[in-house]
Amino acid sequence: MSRPSRARAGSHAPLPLWALAVVGVCFLALPLVALLQRAPWRGLGDHLREPVVTEALRLSLVTATGATVLCLLVGVPLAWVLARSSLPGLPLLRALVTLPMVLPPVVGGAALLYALGRRGLVGGPLHDATGLLLPYSAWGVVVANAFVALPFVVLSVEAGLRTVGTDHEEAAATLGADGWLVLRRVTLPAVVPSVATGAVLAWARALGEFGASVTFAGNLEGRTRTMPLAIYLELQSGRETAIVLSLVLVAVSLLVLVPLRDRWLPG
Amino acid sequence: MRELAAAFEDEHPDLRVRLDVGASSTLREQVLAGAPAEVVALADEADMDRLAEADAVGPVHRIATNELVLAVPTGNPGDVRGAADMARPELLVGLCAPEAPCGRLARAHLAEVGVTPSVDTEATDVGALLARLAAAELDVGIVYRSDLRRAAVVGIDLPGSPAVPHPIAVLRDARDPDLAEAFVALVRSPRGQAVLAEHGFGPP
Repeated sequence: MSRPSRARAGSHAPLPLWALAVVGVCFLALPLVALLQRAPWRGLGDHLREPVVTEALRLSLVTATGATVLCLLVGVPLAWVLARSSLPGLPLLRALVTLPMVLPPVVGGAALLYALGRRGLVGGPLHDATGLLLPYSAWGVVVANAFVALPFVVLSVEAGLRTVGTDHEEAAATLGADGWLVLRRVTLPAVVPSVATGAVLAWARALGEFGASVTFAGNLEGRTRTMPLAIYLELQSGRETAIVLSLVLVAVSLLVLVPLRDRWLPG
Repeated sequence: MRELAAAFEDEHPDLRVRLDVGASSTLREQVLAGAPAEVVALADEADMDRLAEADAVGPVHRIATNELVLAVPTGNPGDVRGAADMARPELLVGLCAPEAPCGRLARAHLAEVGVTPSVDTEATDVGALLARLAAAELDVGIVYRSDLRRAAVVGIDLPGSPAVPHPIAVLRDARDPDLAEAFVALVRSPRGQAVLAEHGFGPP
């Protein structure tokens, strides 16, 4: 896909467009600047070594990564179904996939609890049979985070599959490759960039998740208290650590988002 | 509070009382940040003390007291009898986070009676704890007696738990201080006190 005239068209954009874009940038940047201005720079090193910070950061990194793996595992096949199959009810399926993006996360968390909690639709029988309990464990955090992060993988990979098209797949099939071979050697290699983009977005989304996680998995230091939960509690007690935790979260998120550049739309 | 607000609206038909409900610590931060409120009522004197220190509120009055109770889901699935059961590791035990008054007071009481709770989750406020208890996703938690009627939970007395005073005050920045004082007066009047008693609060 080539987009030759993009840069030049941008510089010819009318002035009001530029002005509004600047307003948009300020709107997004101003809160970050205010956060930086509140930061306790002098004691930063000590704050960063506080167990409340290190424990929450460790748990956040582990659970966000776990959630991303889970999202890739089911999200890529789901994207393939959306892009390549002609099942009836695909629009409904796509709406279902997008729902966690627009739903208040706390609703997702409560719904997960009703589904997978100790008295839940599936969680109840599961707990009675095996003693397995997702809430109050890091696995519960992974599940809640995966629920909110899954759309990012599915939508990104689906867009990638559509952009790549089916020409090469059809050519390979004509040459005698079976479906599995085509998938492994043609389809998947072509969408690696969109899979990577989806994974990074899902990871960043999982890292910042609060409502679904606290509602489903609960909140306990070292077990389920991720960065956003720790930030909320530290804010409650009016401590500087809240700002330090927030800065760490912003820094880590920017670190993974900046390399994405213009890979939002694969191609 | 909702009932008291409705009573105040009855007395002042051209007026609407708007309630902003939240954890005492959250409300404290909102008032300190200049929230456009007239009156603030909290579950905790420590939070109100910090508002008074910051000169954000006028004279503080006690409007009620509350006490801590054990709360269990309907049917008491964990067979909880008293505070000592909070140490049973096989039970799902919840407390409010220590940052919230209900969490701080519950921990202080458990320490006093020598119980080390095996906590599975720390709720950000008492409402979140009640919701989990009502759904039987926890076996036991500690809440205020006045909270019991808010959810499908059963209370079990905690002998020796302290009376917790609930303070109220008019904000220094109130737009209509006289009206705000009138609301506080209603809450402290026999009529207001009867409403609070009906909801499980003790006398101030």
